[in-house]
Amino acid sequence: MATQILMPALSPTMTEGKLSKWLVKEGDTVASGTILAEIETDKATMEFEAVDEGRIGKILVPEGSEGVAVNTPIATLLAEGESASAAPAQSVTKPTAPAAPAPQTKAPAAPAAPPPAAEGQNSSWKTQTVREALRDAMAEEMRRNPNVFLMGEEVAQYQGAYKVSQGLLDEFGAKRVVDTPITEHGFAGLGVGAAFGGLVPIVEFMTFNFAMQAMDQIINSAAKTLYMSGGQMGCPIVFRGPNGAAARVAAQHSQCYASWYAHVPGLKVVAPWSAADAKGLLKAAIRDPNPVIFLEHEILYGQSFPVPDAADFTLPIGQAKVERVGKDVTLVAFSIMVGKAMKAAEKLAEEGIDAEVINLRTLRPLDTATIITSIQKTNRCVTCEEGWAYAGIGSEIAAVIVEQAFDYLDAPVMRVAGKDVPMPYAANLEALALPQVEDIVASAKAVCYR
Amino acid sequence: MSVKKGAPKKGPAAGNNLAPTTDELVKYYKDMLLIRRFEERAGQLYGMGLIGGFCHLYIGQEAVVVGLQACCRPGDSIVTSYRDHGHMLACAMDPKGVMAELTGRSTGYSRGKGGSMHMFSREKGFFGGHGIVAAQVPIGTGLAFAHKYKGDGGLSMAYMGDGAFNQGQVYESLNMASLWQLPVLFIVENNKYGMGTSVERSSASTDLASRGEAYNVKTMSIDGMDVMAVREAGIEATEHIRAGKGPVLMEAKTYRYRGHSMSDPAKYRTKEELQKMRTEHDPIDHLRQLLIDQKVLDDDAFKAIDKDIKDVVVAAAEFAQTSPEPDPAELWTDIIIAA
Repeated sequence: MATQILMPALSPTMTEGKLSKWLVKEGDTVASGTILAEIETDKATMEFEAVDEGRIGKILVPEGSEGVAVNTPIATLLAEGESASAAPAQSVTKPTAPAAPAPQTKAPAAPAAPPPAAEGQNSSWKTQTVREALRDAMAEEMRRNPNVFLMGEEVAQYQGAYKVSQGLLDEFGAKRVVDTPITEHGFAGLGVGAAFGGLVPIVEFMTFNFAMQAMDQIINSAAKTLYMSGGQMGCPIVFRGPNGAAARVAAQHSQCYASWYAHVPGLKVVAPWSAADAKGLLKAAIRDPNPVIFLEHEILYGQSFPVPDAADFTLPIGQAKVERVGKDVTLVAFSIMVGKAMKAAEKLAEEGIDAEVINLRTLRPLDTATIITSIQKTNRCVTCEEGWAYAGIGSEIAAVIVEQAFDYLDAPVMRVAGKDVPMPYAANLEALALPQVEDIVASAKAVCYR
Repeated sequence: MSVKKGAPKKGPAAGNNLAPTTDELVKYYKDMLLIRRFEERAGQLYGMGLIGGFCHLYIGQEAVVVGLQACCRPGDSIVTSYRDHGHMLACAMDPKGVMAELTGRSTGYSRGKGGSMHMFSREKGFFGGHGIVAAQVPIGTGLAFAHKYKGDGGLSMAYMGDGAFNQGQVYESLNMASLWQLPVLFIVENNKYGMGTSVERSSASTDLASRGEAYNVKTMSIDGMDVMAVREAGIEATEHIRAGKGPVLMEAKTYRYRGHSMSDPAKYRTKEELQKMRTEHDPIDHLRQLLIDQKVLDDDAFKAIDKDIKDVVVAAAEFAQTSPEPDPAELWTDIIIAA
């Protein structure tokens, strides 16, 4: 019986990929370690090796196919003496067009509400991934200001560990797209010095987990020096990179740092959800004269959203966005949790609960006015974050609501958050540790006494 | 790496472009004496309760910063740790503004919000005054990065103590500076003690400069109690850096006469050790003797210099005591720049 060769998962977050090129053809004999194909993941182009020996029977997915889901059979492998006819019946006919229809194409996660007019007089929109939006934001700002430069690990020649900086080295050269050694403390501090020296650094952390190595330079050097210098030493710098839970990488690589940074006066803290958020806010962050912590999310990088086509689209730091208007309960979320709150709102609607969803966008300064206005209407609030509830962003929001809108509350504010444990590795435990749509639905129903 | 002793040359650059002029020698003498007298006064004000918190005096180490500052050009960047009063004075910052910051007054360089360890003057190229041990080293490397990026011909001098020299970011900085050939002079002011722990008790190898060799950085080890030796080494180092040949790591062997901070009784060293340094290696006495030997200055000239400097320091102390404290509204300013 022929065995199937399946589309492999080649990164922690890969759910699908492009089968760029077959390096074997039907009838070829392969051994363990033979390179079968080149596969483009969400991060890189990887070579895919055979595990078992045998002969290639049928190639089921032609090269050039995009969006091939992980675990899709892509070829059959024949044991000695088997003929190609022994191939499983589900083999597909080889399409002639190189770009075959993807077996499973992910639909763009479009926001439920149409983009409000406030976000520019944008007559035209394009669909972009968060990853592309971030790259475009950097490229546009680097064209605009010659003192803007990007530095970090693998940002240049490798084209970005998560491909966010793809193409920037080609356009701007090695002077402005700087590969660093693995030296977070050092290059974060170097960035601060460069900012003091008149440049506008974008410092990429491969993930914010590694920024803990650089905490002193971010907090003590970047955030506080303006104050300690009586206003002389502005530090225009952006620290950016993926924050929060990735997928199956366990506790040291899956953590939300939102409340850590939001605690510190002297910093601005931004956490975009959509591609439009990512582009508009990153451009604003680069132009901001202050140190900005820009918390991206690895899981969102590949998600697509409409983005205004306008030449100079920016979003104001410090303003939240009502993503969905509702009257019964307010769901306050940021980053990836906005998407989960939107899904929860859909489910709640099926049960007759009309939820309003606030996308915070900025965590410091916090747009308390938008939150309070919403609570005055809905009288109920559920906060949603990936990080731990203890001393978290949700705790701060609850405190603000109690201080400023206590009389409007018809129920206690509830916090949906990551469980109070280090992130486990096992798939089932990880799912339990992370806040899910169902948790938001349950909490929303609880504050509605339903 | 040998410990060098500089020798003064009479008159301008007689056959040796490293030789200081007599005018320059007199300036170094005045600059060092200003730092010494300023620090003594600061110690006095601390004792009177007019200066609070931490206060780290530079007495004994004056030759290092004065000798190196002689090699700086306008536009260069200086950054150091919390033992920073001497560096600020050497950068020609106003003693009144420095002293007023020590007393936490609105007329201080940081308007009273930084204190002894955190002062800055963009105008004078002084980028602090940083309170966390060795935090200034990557910052100084970044200032050098900016000089190179902008192509402005400037360089950065990043000072640290022997204690800071065991912090990890120093080596991250040496590596990046060498990798990218950044115009930076790393100066280790080895005063023998990181707070109360001697170099022998903190450093696996006491040849501190040799650590630069691992990063392909030019290294120098010099007598930091001799302003001419410092200056001569500084010229060599800055010429190397300005020629685009990459960073230099310089260890200046020096000594602080006072404790680590005002609250340090310095019981980790003997009185004899201190006394020997003061009597045999004092940088100011050393230069004074040279100026006498070469008949550059006579007694009256020294007295006039003493009086001028005393007047400056007294005026700074007066200013620092009579200036108002910051307005309460200052609590909420300088946190974020309006975008």
